[in-house]
Amino acid sequence: MNIPRPSLAVYLMANEDAPALAEAAVRGGATVIELGIPYSDPLADGTTIQRAAQAALDAGITPERALELLAEIHARVDVPLVPMTYGAIVEGYGIEAFCRDAAKAGAEALIVADIPPEESGPLRDAAAAEGVDLIHLVAPTSRPERIESAAAASTGFVYLVAAVGVTGARENLDPRVAELLERTRTAAGDTPILGGFGVSTRAHVEGLIAAGTDGAIVGSAAIDAIERGGPEALEALVRDLAAGLPS
Amino acid sequence: MSSTNTAQHGTPADAYPPDDMGRWGEFGGRFVPETVMAALDELEAGMNEAFADPAFHAELALLARDFVGRPTPLYLAERLTEDVGGARIWLKREDLAHTGAHKINNALGQAIIAKRLGKQRIVAETGAGQHGVATATACARFGLKAVVYMGEEDMRRQRPNVVRMKMLGAEVIPVTNGAGTLKDALNDAIRDWIANVEDTHYLIGTAAGPHPYPYLVRRLQAVIGQESRAQMLERAGRLPDAVVACVGGGSNAIGIFHSFRDDPVRLIGVEAGGTGGALHARSLSGGKVSILHGSRSYVLCDDDGQVVETHSISAGLDYPGVGPEHAFLHSTGRAEFIGATDDESLVAFDRLCHLEGIIPALETSHALVIAERIAHDLGPTGDVLVGLSGRGDKDVDQIAARRGME
Repeated sequence: MNIPRPSLAVYLMANEDAPALAEAAVRGGATVIELGIPYSDPLADGTTIQRAAQAALDAGITPERALELLAEIHARVDVPLVPMTYGAIVEGYGIEAFCRDAAKAGAEALIVADIPPEESGPLRDAAAAEGVDLIHLVAPTSRPERIESAAAASTGFVYLVAAVGVTGARENLDPRVAELLERTRTAAGDTPILGGFGVSTRAHVEGLIAAGTDGAIVGSAAIDAIERGGPEALEALVRDLAAGLPS
Repeated sequence: MSSTNTAQHGTPADAYPPDDMGRWGEFGGRFVPETVMAALDELEAGMNEAFADPAFHAELALLARDFVGRPTPLYLAERLTEDVGGARIWLKREDLAHTGAHKINNALGQAIIAKRLGKQRIVAETGAGQHGVATATACARFGLKAVVYMGEEDMRRQRPNVVRMKMLGAEVIPVTNGAGTLKDALNDAIRDWIANVEDTHYLIGTAAGPHPYPYLVRRLQAVIGQESRAQMLERAGRLPDAVVACVGGGSNAIGIFHSFRDDPVRLIGVEAGGTGGALHARSLSGGKVSILHGSRSYVLCDDDGQVVETHSISAGLDYPGVGPEHAFLHSTGRAEFIGATDDESLVAFDRLCHLEGIIPALETSHALVIAERIAHDLGPTGDVLVGLSGRGDKDVDQIAARRGME
């Protein structure tokens, strides 16, 4: 996967509106779309994404349907697509089948929030066999050796967790981002680094860029915007955040 | 120091450790967001240092004796035995431990380790409230801040324990996600931990979760089996034919089973059979291998991997997962896992009240159902040891309401 630098990745929950929302996000300036495949017990997620996941499950979104929606998005927008889910879903589907079907639907990379590098062997092999990148997370609490292994194992981009906690919009990003980024940069080499968790304002995006990331990931704030005002509000939010990227 | 009394105490508490990946066979591991991986490394190191330190064992042993009231008695339930007309039924009286259940063994041990690690805040989940009370108690004893997540439905059906936690100074946070039961409380406790991981220890109450929790909880609960085994040898003059314990996440069961692991003794875990139909919490006998709450084990989930709703009359067994070591013992056949229904458990509850003058927890009543059956089948020359994991004081409101006794 080759993502533009700088990049703004927008996370959407897989539901029937997702293709239209993806178009709105890309119109606003999104350069990557992450598509959440809903899971009943999303430990890494705060209330916003939990609620969106539950609503998607209640609406009957299965992993199969989520991958169909991914294919629809792939037909409508021309940016890299990254499904994001949890280990139970990938394993329930079958690791190899999931990677094959995700690749067929247009996925260029995968994020599995609760599969750390040391547990990711079979997934890494299956993804690689389909030419799909596997993205790992580095966090402010990560020890140097873990940052190195996660960054080195990530292809596509490295997901830098910019706040300690679960996903969710917040006022301040973690002050240790700069130090974390420095270590991550050394280990990641040329692989881009995007910062996420808590990104909700243009100032956050500017802060992440100033710290030296290659861009930002916005999730909960995007879902909040959609709940507030649908595709128009999403497009406006993304446009505002994208203005924080250097041109 | 755990291997010095093998003749009486059986398999040492630290024997059969998980492998380098925190697994027994394919079960266990660490399936958690990156943010808490460092805390798990820190806890594993803290656990190893504590168990290698005689001062830790001395502190825990003193508390076990003077604060918890250990060793808990082994009681021969003569009238129950006579009524069943089979093997002798022996009850390991964890219900007589301080706070009323085995949960205190784990809570105190983890609180000491948390203190050694410099953590000031403890977060925990609770289902029946016994672990919440044990955690609140341990935190009061050590001057730590306790935050306990409890499902709204469980707060209703286990109200006395909510009051106890608050009296002990804990903050009880109601969980409204999902069905408002134990699984949902774990989710929110883990999310709190992720957000506050640097000053907070997650004091899990069962033998589940990411490595090293299942191993740590087993080592702290193994005292139940060590005492029982020595007491059986002294009182009965022999080992029991079978050891029976209820299994939700499985801490009391792994605690009483472990010492007998190398003995010719049947190990029988009793899961919640719920209504006897589709609504139950039998993860091992009715689930499939998946990932839940940080480890690979048997989980009640659909074909997509989504966790399904469970049901049990007992809040403590109403959980769609099970500790990974039980999954391993199930896969190798070393332990057997059987269901007991809500109705059967209520009958066993009454029988223990009326025949022995002991009000058991509803969780524990599930074990009694199967213990009676095994005792009957074994006949008069046999011995059955039951983990009487907790007392039923917390259940009196629920049972009274069910029977119109208010």
